[in-house]
Amino acid sequence: MTQASDRLLELVNVGKHFGGVVALADVSLHIKQGEIYGLIGPNGAGKTTLFNVVTGLYQLDSGAFDFAGKRYTQCKPHLLAQAGIARTFQNIRLFANMSALENIMVGRHLRTHTGIWGALTRHAAARAEERDTVQRARELLDYVGIDRAHQTLAKHLSYGEQRRLEIARALATEPKLLALDEPAAGMNATETVALKALLQKIRASGITVLLIEHDVKLIMGLCDRVAVLDYGKKIAEGVPEEVRRDKAVIAAYLGGEVTETPRPQAGEGLG
Amino acid sequence: MRLNHFLTRHFVLAIALLALPFIIDALFGHGWVRITDFALLYIMLALGLNIVVGYAGLLDLGYIAFFAVGAYTYALVSSPQFGLHWPMWITLPLGALIACGFGVLLGAPTLKLRGDYLAIVTLGFGEIIRIFLNNLNAPVNITNGPQGISAIDPLQIGSFSFGNSYQWMGMRVDDVHLHYYLFLGFTLLVIFISRRLEDSRIGRAWVAIREDEVAASAMGINTRNIKLLAFAMGATFGGISGGLFAGFQGFVSPESFSLMESIMVLCMVVLGGMGNVGGVVLGGVILVALPELFRNAAGPVQQALLGKVVVDPESLRMLMFGLALILVMLWRPAGLWPSTQRRREFAADDSVLQQEQETVYDASK
Repeated sequence: MTQASDRLLELVNVGKHFGGVVALADVSLHIKQGEIYGLIGPNGAGKTTLFNVVTGLYQLDSGAFDFAGKRYTQCKPHLLAQAGIARTFQNIRLFANMSALENIMVGRHLRTHTGIWGALTRHAAARAEERDTVQRARELLDYVGIDRAHQTLAKHLSYGEQRRLEIARALATEPKLLALDEPAAGMNATETVALKALLQKIRASGITVLLIEHDVKLIMGLCDRVAVLDYGKKIAEGVPEEVRRDKAVIAAYLGGEVTETPRPQAGEGLG
Repeated sequence: MRLNHFLTRHFVLAIALLALPFIIDALFGHGWVRITDFALLYIMLALGLNIVVGYAGLLDLGYIAFFAVGAYTYALVSSPQFGLHWPMWITLPLGALIACGFGVLLGAPTLKLRGDYLAIVTLGFGEIIRIFLNNLNAPVNITNGPQGISAIDPLQIGSFSFGNSYQWMGMRVDDVHLHYYLFLGFTLLVIFISRRLEDSRIGRAWVAIREDEVAASAMGINTRNIKLLAFAMGATFGGISGGLFAGFQGFVSPESFSLMESIMVLCMVVLGGMGNVGGVVLGGVILVALPELFRNAAGPVQQALLGKVVVDPESLRMLMFGLALILVMLWRPAGLWPSTQRRREFAADDSVLQQEQETVYDASK
């Protein structure tokens, strides 16, 4: 019982296919409360599909997943966000024509309640909430280190800043689990080091992190545990050092053995 | 204190708005006051559409349907058609409510549609409503078909009718003046609501959906409800405007609600400046006033220059209208008076380009 309760997210035989292409085949894994969990694998292995399934953008075809003690098979994205899963996207999806601050304020939507009536009358509670929203958004900009850019439109931020803003926006929803889809993609070495520090800071604040990443150095230095996907299957799982030496993983990445079937074009979908 | 400050700041504007109908009357005559009244109705419509198109980014080409719903609601319960003569304080909210219901009715099946596809469906919806109104005279006569409904009660509160002329302190106040003040009040209310909503949690959610619906839903926005809310709000404004139109005009028929009208309202939004309340108001004023100007000026000008009227002023009017639209879109693609945000959106790419050119220049030095 105690063992189960420290599991924040648990996937049970999750399957997802697009037509005849199997993107995820019976994937089972669990993420413990408070850890940084890495998800790696070659392109098209199904990592982003897995993300889209647990954030409700795709509906799974078989299996189920448990999050924070509740079982999900079919669920809308906004309800999963409500439950405490926040995400970033592989190809940054900010609200390009809103300012950095406004982007984060949208992230606060979930935890605020002002409706039409509050917006029209601006009664005391609505004003207090609005002030609080701005305040929290500024704090989060500061937290991810782009506070000087709050009036800048999201699309005018540098690439690294956009990645950080996306993280800040996700944090604004007060998640239990923060799912990051290749946050270091396209970053230079300095930015990656800063990102690593940021992720450690986020974990230290009590938020569990699920991370898709290609930067092996980042994964090895950061993650508590790692799972490797290939052809939509989980081929290895464990602490980074273990996984690194795993034969199947080496084969998947380096093509050590010639595979008999041609590589399926697993759809990465939105990613 | 706050109210005081507000009043001093807007004192001049308020005086100008109050005096406007009499100034127009004195300078251009009665007809132009009537045109001003219509401009106010169109501004209300454009502001409603602005919520759907400008904020939430949902392209609606059948918006005039809600105007029609509001107008016919008023017409049916305040005319000899059914012998009902309900007062306006029931009829107008009723029209707004029914239009709001139709907004949700249109919104619900189109939730998954975006862009072109949404435009096609809404366009169809607009036409369906018009055709319904045109044909609902048989087997049971409800709308009186293409003949429309006439002898509609004027807008009135108690015994005070906006359709009459009054003599106050030696000043003659006509129906067009009275309607002006009534419509102005409603328009200011709609402006107030628009601006409050724009700068709120709901407004930000609309813009987020416009920018990226998938990201918005991942951030916990219930996109279904928020989109329906946009449709409903927009439709409500349309319904109010429609009710006022019916009471003002005293006559409604399906041909007032053609696709051309939907496009006209959309043009006001786009031309004035999508997403900016001030811009939309400007767009409404221009698109009502300019065609009227042309209508009046085209004939005499041709007469003076060529000695005879070569082109029918009516067709020339549409020609000039199209030309004006093209010019505006060429020179001010964000609209005549864009929101600061839109201006940044469009200006942006130039500044980035400039920055890059400067960098290249610096590097080559």
